[in-house]
Amino acid sequence: MSDRQDVHPGVSREVLAQKFRAFIDPEYVISDDETLKPYECDGLSVYSEMPMLVVLPETVEQAQQVLRICHEERVPVVARGAGTGLCAGAMPHREGVVLSMAKFNRILEINPVARAARVQPGVRNLAISEAAGKYGLYYGPDPSSQIACTIGGNVAENSGGVHCLKYGLTVHNLLSVDLLTVEGERITLGSEGLDSCGMDLLALMTGSEGLLGIVTEVRVKLLPKPEVAQVVMAGFDSVQTAGDAVGAIIAEGIIPGGLEMMDSHAIVAAEAFAKAGYPTEAKALLLCEVDGTEEEVHEHIDAVESLFKRLGATSVRTSHNEEERARLWQGRKSAFPAVGRISPDYYCMDGTIPRGQLAHVLTEMERMSEACGLRVANVFHAGDGNLHPLILFDANVPGELEKTEDFGGRILELCVAVGGCITGEHGVGVEKIRQMPAQFNDLDIAQFHRIKAAFDPAGTLNPGKGIPTLRQCQEYRSLEMSIEPNSGAENQLHREGGHE
Amino acid sequence: MSDKQVQLVDQVLAARERRQPVRIVGGDTKAFMGRSTDSALPVLDLSGHTGILTYHPVELVLTARAGTTLAELDAALSEHNQMLSFEPPRFGKNSTLGGTLACHLSGPGRPWWGSVRDQVLGVRLINGQGEALRFGGQVMKNVAGYDVSRLQAGAMGTLGVMTEISLKVLPRPASTRTLVFDCEMDEAVSIMNRRSVEAKPLSAACWLDNKLYLRLSGAHSAVDATLSHWGGSELMDAEHFWHRLRDHQLDFFCTSLPLWRFSVNPTARMPGLSGQWLVDWGGAQRWYLGNAELSEMERIAVEAGGQVSLFRGGDRSAEVMHTPPQAVKALQQRLKHAFDPDGLFNPGRLYSWM
Repeated sequence: MSDRQDVHPGVSREVLAQKFRAFIDPEYVISDDETLKPYECDGLSVYSEMPMLVVLPETVEQAQQVLRICHEERVPVVARGAGTGLCAGAMPHREGVVLSMAKFNRILEINPVARAARVQPGVRNLAISEAAGKYGLYYGPDPSSQIACTIGGNVAENSGGVHCLKYGLTVHNLLSVDLLTVEGERITLGSEGLDSCGMDLLALMTGSEGLLGIVTEVRVKLLPKPEVAQVVMAGFDSVQTAGDAVGAIIAEGIIPGGLEMMDSHAIVAAEAFAKAGYPTEAKALLLCEVDGTEEEVHEHIDAVESLFKRLGATSVRTSHNEEERARLWQGRKSAFPAVGRISPDYYCMDGTIPRGQLAHVLTEMERMSEACGLRVANVFHAGDGNLHPLILFDANVPGELEKTEDFGGRILELCVAVGGCITGEHGVGVEKIRQMPAQFNDLDIAQFHRIKAAFDPAGTLNPGKGIPTLRQCQEYRSLEMSIEPNSGAENQLHREGGHE
Repeated sequence: MSDKQVQLVDQVLAARERRQPVRIVGGDTKAFMGRSTDSALPVLDLSGHTGILTYHPVELVLTARAGTTLAELDAALSEHNQMLSFEPPRFGKNSTLGGTLACHLSGPGRPWWGSVRDQVLGVRLINGQGEALRFGGQVMKNVAGYDVSRLQAGAMGTLGVMTEISLKVLPRPASTRTLVFDCEMDEAVSIMNRRSVEAKPLSAACWLDNKLYLRLSGAHSAVDATLSHWGGSELMDAEHFWHRLRDHQLDFFCTSLPLWRFSVNPTARMPGLSGQWLVDWGGAQRWYLGNAELSEMERIAVEAGGQVSLFRGGDRSAEVMHTPPQAVKALQQRLKHAFDPDGLFNPGRLYSWM
């Protein structure tokens, strides 16, 4: 089993570039620092590293050849889509190649009858739904970066979105993927049918953060667009009551298309930014979207409205047309930039908790917030327990980023402690590798390494991401033991702050 | 409810010590599946490892030991008007949750409500070194680490002994009604696909004996409106029909002929063979009864964009699963080695070479 994360190729930048230029348009083999610069980070910009080379193949054969050469020379390969990821999963390796899949941007086929689309990995998430729209179909998962993020990246991260509870994550919406192995061999996992024989390699590959293979083609399921969608907004005077209301909707047998919660800090920031008509005095706000047939939506909206009122909502408003619906969502959708306006920087976390723990987790978070003197605003995919605390900080104040990182790490550990996990949809990447030992013990981690070795024995695919070395795990555990509870400032979680 | 975790770990360690492979058995209702293996192999018995550990209806999450019967889960869920949305087949009253996941079995609602693999959130598993591991969790979204939980679907126990499984469960639909139409297979397949494009509460679509069955599930008003809009006659006692389809109790399945399962593009036109067809999953799953060679069936499956397995009957000493390409075969072998280096678990059950 390999426990090393670093690989040191013996080949120089120029020699490697030369080899690539023999079969790739020289313009697409980037080796000068100025042109390499934009590739130094992904959406989590505080983590950055200049790559040795960036290469943008235009055909699968070219990508295959890149991998073969890198495999032979033991050169690290970091695959990259649109670079919108939020965990530094696409941060380059200093001695490695960034394999940009940006040129693979064609939708190859839409089969409206079989409800499937075959696309290249560089196709944007939203572009699939746009192309399928004329058939009354769309692609389900809708991460908030969907206008820019690519489907290849979605597969790598198992991306979610606001409609996961009802329509699932990326893994639930794939039929097959074509991949290149580290050796450059082409394989297909899955098929045009729903289930395949044997162990589910397609599921294993989904969310593997570019550590097991490089996606070259994706076949996704398309869903019929719901006839109607309506959203109910409700304000509550406590987070607990809002949390109970979420449980009550589920208990009623209703699975909303989207179910989002915001705390008072997020409400105030979003309202100031978007003027969506949110009740700024509320302690918590719920947005519950119901979609389906006209009859079903009508029936369920009535049920949700009266349930909110019965549970003591301080205000309830329902959209009656698309314009009103868009307006109610506008506040939630602009929550991040809105928070960006009230603070020089913010850091978005991504933990998941059992929903019943929400009030406890928010209370704890408020306590930690006061203790460390950093404000935190919360937006929450309430339906599926995915919490996005936004820690507000100022990177120009010495030490504040470190304090933020520490606070963020503590939040993730709290999520694990209440039965949740350190990342619901953003991935581990470099960012959360520090917290992996909070969720997994060394035996689990060792099994992950054996899986990795089955695909990539030399460890050249996206090294240093996703899975910590056992040495890192030991360091984490000894540090945890040596630190007194609540003495957060000394705890050096090696993590990151991001801005948009 | 009983916890055999410690004994199970001991048994695996002992098997490892002796280099003695074992057969993993739960309720023993799926012995007909996979390849026939050496019946002299000692049994690793999961049937005593039972019990629902946590079930929070408003969280839509349930965790149970792998040997828990589907019947026990059904009983607990129905108290809260919830269900296993993947409608697992009950091939016997002792069918267990672990066996269902290992064999990746889902019922008629699968295209709309997801498969067992789709609903799995986490597993605990003992690997071939006798290590008790935990993957995934009890929350809907968790992208930390590789998805080892879902990898188990279809592995037929070859990667480890699953001891505990967490699942997403769903509310039971308020109303369910079924329409039935007379038509031939090709026409039925095209109607199923056409209906699937509509944003209506379709929840199952099956064809057999020149009859097309469309099940609608959801809010009363939505089901009633769609029913009258689509026309056709309503099937009485429909629940019984869907259960018998799910559990392979329909007359179609009561035969000694080899039963082939095709997982294909839902729109595929299957060739006119001499045997009988049954179409399920809105066209994405086709059952075929008849004697045939696996290689010939594979050719037909590939043509239809999918895969085939010999589900029941026929020659079970030969391969019964669609032959993977060499590179995929090699990956599976390496993964097997990564979990079970001594080849202790269910040797030869999934493939002769594993």
